[in-house]
This record gives sequence, structure tokens and C-alpha cells, in this order.
Amino acid sequence: MVVIEQAGTNDDLVIQLEDVYKIYQMGEQQVNALAGISASFSVGSFCAIMGPSGSGKSTMLNVLGCLDRASRGRYVLEGTDVSTLDDDELSELRLRHLGFIFQSFNLIPQLTVQRNIELPLYYLGWDSQRSAGRAVELARKVGLEERLGHRPTELSGGQMQRVAIARALANDPRILLADEPTGNLDSTTGEQILELLAELNEQGKTIIMVTHEPDIAKLARNRLHMRDGLIESIEKD
Amino acid sequence: MRRLKLARNIGLGIENLLLHKLRTFLTMLGVVFGVGSVVAMLSVGEGASKEAMAQIRKVGSNNIIVNSIKSVEEVSQSTVRSFMSIYGLTYEDQLRVAETFDDIKQVVPVKLVRKDARLGTRNLELRIVGTTPAWFELLQRDIVAGRVLIADDARNRAGIVVLTEFGARKLLATENTIGQTLRIGGSYYEIVGIVKSEGGMAGSIQMPDEQIDAYIPIEVAKERYGDITTRVTAGSHLREMVELHQMIVEVDNIEHVESTAKGIEAMLKRFHKKEDYRVAVPLALLRQAEATKRRFNIVLGSIACISLLVGGIGIMNIMLASVTERTREIGVRRAIGAKRRQIISQFLIETVVLSTAGGLIGIGLGLFIPWLITIFAGMPTVVTAKSVVLSVGISVAVGIIFGLYPAVRAANVDPIIALRHE
Repeated sequence: MVVIEQAGTNDDLVIQLEDVYKIYQMGEQQVNALAGISASFSVGSFCAIMGPSGSGKSTMLNVLGCLDRASRGRYVLEGTDVSTLDDDELSELRLRHLGFIFQSFNLIPQLTVQRNIELPLYYLGWDSQRSAGRAVELARKVGLEERLGHRPTELSGGQMQRVAIARALANDPRILLADEPTGNLDSTTGEQILELLAELNEQGKTIIMVTHEPDIAKLARNRLHMRDGLIESIEKD
Repeated sequence: MRRLKLARNIGLGIENLLLHKLRTFLTMLGVVFGVGSVVAMLSVGEGASKEAMAQIRKVGSNNIIVNSIKSVEEVSQSTVRSFMSIYGLTYEDQLRVAETFDDIKQVVPVKLVRKDARLGTRNLELRIVGTTPAWFELLQRDIVAGRVLIADDARNRAGIVVLTEFGARKLLATENTIGQTLRIGGSYYEIVGIVKSEGGMAGSIQMPDEQIDAYIPIEVAKERYGDITTRVTAGSHLREMVELHQMIVEVDNIEHVESTAKGIEAMLKRFHKKEDYRVAVPLALLRQAEATKRRFNIVLGSIACISLLVGGIGIMNIMLASVTERTREIGVRRAIGAKRRQIISQFLIETVVLSTAGGLIGIGLGLFIPWLITIFAGMPTVVTAKSVVLSVGISVAVGIIFGLYPAVRAANVDPIIALRHE
């Protein structure tokens, strides 16, 4: 059992995985994308998941993000056992407790920056006035309050990722899941984004980040190495 | 709050549709033409039926008209020189009909004679209609000047005549007609009134009156012209004896018209050796006109429905393309926490907005086409509120029916795959 912790918050586990399997049926063959993962993440921890392609790190992130369901084992997110939930309940869980940051930003091109940031609030049922206030506040936090009326195509890559982070923060989740957040950015911009993530972690967000670049992983205090669907090793600072 | 949210969702849908203005417009065209043709088609049907009803009302929907006709044998015999043909309705028939049926309010007898009329230097062949004042109760005709027949005329055997507006114009273009003396055949009449004639054929219905009618009391007609008419044609005298040329029967209730008509027919059959009469029921023609209209509506309605179907398929096609195009957006929304039904409603709202907008434009078209038809084809058209409401309903339904499949497909997109979609 691997415990990813942050000093002083050991009791508050936001994520618990117990012997989690993800099994794909490929014709005759069974592929274990996750082959019995047991791990816990305490609130405020910052963990990088590393590993070669096919090691199961993407599957791991999908399961953690409630986008995919474990084939076997138990997954408890913020005190809720995810394994038994239906599609609507999973959506609700993502809406309340998670923030996603993607490699390719995944902003909705026809919406303005403000609308993109407001998207989770729209599904939370906030009225437009309150959402707008929150969007402005978050845009300021990521340094883009000047760009609220722009469309994503008018922004640079770094700016787009900032918008995506602001969007991930809109519902004020305790957990941020990042999939190669600097993969599409040049190194300088990438560093700025990582600084922003580190800052958010200091403010108490639990961050789980998938990356294959050791330099970037170094920023996280915990580095989880995966191979063949299993946790191979764990490095802690 | 809920309504506010719906309004916001519709707003978002409209915004999305406006991103691709040309595509949206082209997609909408199918519904525009579909709804336009539904409204236009119904308006033509409605117009035709309204016209037919107005015509039938002029004959009187409570009336039954019985005409004397020359039976087939009579026609062949009448070529014989100096033969007198006796046929048609009799005074006795009138009394018998009036007494037999409880549902009949009154029977108006009509005697017809064609005579030349002369006033000053002007000549006109008139159809003398000998009848009772009740004629003008059963067939409501506008009075242009003076009066129509009254009961006293019969009692006084008055030599008075009521002309039609047409006849009055022909005989006296400028002068004041009322009070003038008109010579018809060998006798003189004082003109006491002028009515507007609805005469001639109106659609498929033969009106009982004609433009060249001149109305006199039936007693006077009997006295002055008798029952026998003689027409001299090339080398032979055609002599006919007809007591009554027509009976107009008023029935108390529209429900009893058809049964009473059948009764009259059966009775006449018993008392007439030959079939020298014909019973006409304007109401039956009305029913027939309505049946025709229904058939017309069904045929054209099916064509309009096909065009709506095509329009709907067009919408579905574009929405499916749009779902594919926006797969990534759907994935993002799902990852953020949108539920399946929220994705469904997002896409469904877009299609319904699209089809409803198309429907509203289509109604505009559906108002414009009948207007053109009326102006250029001279056909009456009536756009009813019912057809407009129906069309809006249909276009909303088209949006829901043809939008549902693309929307469900969007909702079933796997977010993991969608997020990787290029």
C-alpha cells in the first residue's frame, strides 16, 4: 500500500485505491491496464505519475478522474465509493470534486474565455451574475483578466492552459488532475504553468499529474513510477 | 429559476447556430418550405370551401329545391307536330308536400314563363317568376330599391313586378325605375322594387334565380299566362302544359333536410307516372364540397408532410455532422461533469430552435403564397389560426423527432475517446 502524503494531513485521504484492476478484453486476450493498484493520496499532496507508454498511467488518471470505472477493487473519492456509482452519479462527482487539466487544453473554441471558465458553474446551476464574478476572480488569479472577452484561438498556448486551469478551479475542487499539462508548451511557458500548479498546491490543492518528463516530475514531491499496470517504485523528496 | 435556465439554454443554442449562419439557414430551408406549403395548402382548401359554403348559403342550406323536368319520353314525343306535352309538378303536389311532412315550414311555388318585356324603346327577354312573398324569405336577396312581393299583391291580383338589378339596368339605364310601367307580353306591370340577383351557376350549384328574372305574384301569373305555353319553332308549335316549374321547400331544421328530401322524392314517385321532377338538396352539395375539401387536404397534406420529412432529415443530417465535429467539446463537457441528459438537451434545444425558426419563417411564406395565389390566380384563400398553430406544432415536433437521435448519439460519446478526438 502506497501512501502519498503531505506532512500534517495524513488522516485526510482524498483518494483511496484498494487493489484496483482495469481489464480490457482484446479479442481472446485479456490486458490488465491496471493490475492491482493500491494507493492513497492525502489532501494537499503533489504527485507525478510517470512511466513509459502502455504502463497504465493514462488509465490510472482516467480511473482517478471517474471517467472510467475500475473492473475490480475499490476506489473511494472524497469519502464516496465510486465503484458502485452510475453514469449520472459519476458526472456529479466530477462536477463537485475534480478539476481537469489537459495536454491540449480542450477549451471550447466557440466560447469566450469567460464562458469557458464558467462552464462548470453552468452545470452547477449558478446564475450568470454569480458565475461572471467567479470567472473574473479566477481570470485574475491566472493573470488573464484582460482576456475574458477573447476566444481561445486568439490566445497563446500558455494563455490557453491558464484558462484551462482557471476552468478546472471554477468549482473549487480539492483535487486537480493534470494530463501532461506542459506537453504542448515550450519550456519557458511550461515552467510558468508548473509554477502556477506549485502555487495552487501550496494553497492546498491536491495535484496528480501524469508526465513522462523527469524534469517536470521533479517539481512534485512524490513521483510514482508505473510499469505494466503496477506501481513499480515511489520516490519521495 | 427553471424557466430562466431554459431561456439561457435557448440563448446558448441560438448563439451556437449563429456561428454557422449559412449552414443554419440552409438546414432550415427544408422546414421553411415544408411549413410554408402546409399553411398555403390549407389556405387554398379553406378558401375554396368557404366560397362553396357562401354559395350554398345563398341557395339556403335549409332548402330543398324541386324542379320540373321534361322526362325522356316527352322529349322524344315533342318532335311530333302540334303535340302537347304535359309534365312536371302540380298545384296538388305543392299542397300534398306541404301537408304531409311535419318538418316542412313552407313550400314556395314557382311558375316560370319567358316573355319579352318592353319599356320605351328598350327590349329584353325576361323570365317571369310567378311566386309568393315567401320566396324572398327563403332566398335572402338584397333589395336595391323599393320592395319585394307582399301578401296584399296576391289578394289584389296586383299587376306589379319586382325586377333584378341587371334587368332594371338593361331596361332603364338612367331613369328612376320604381313606379315605371313595364310591358311584359301583352300586359302591363308597375315596377315596385329591384333586388340583387345571385342568379346563374355558382360553382357547382344551380341557383334558383337568374339575372333576367322578373317576380310577379303567382296568382297573376296563372291568370295572365295560364299553364300552357306555346313556343313556335321552325315549322312546329311546341306546346307544353306545366302547372309548377319549381317548388322551394323550407325545412325547419338542418338535421331534417336530407330525410325530408328523400320523403318528398318517394312521395312524388308514387303520384307521378314519369320521372318529370328532380329533387336537389344544396346541403348535400355542401356535404359533398366538404368531402372534396377533405380529400384535397389529405392529398396535399401528404405532399407537404413529405417535404417536412425531407426537411427533418436535412436537420438530422446536419446535426449528426455537428455532433461529430463537436465530439471534443462533448468530451470536455462530460469530463467537467455534464450529465448525459444535459448533453441531450443541449443538442435537442439546438434542433428545436432551428426547426421552430424555420417554421416561423415558413409561416411567413405560407401567408405570402396564398396572397400571390389570390392576386394572380384569383382563387380565394383563407389562412386560419388553426393552420398556423398546427404548423408551429409540427415544426417543433420535427425538431424533437429528428433531433433526438443525434442528441442521444452525442450523449453516448465516451468522454475518454472524445477527449482524444482530433
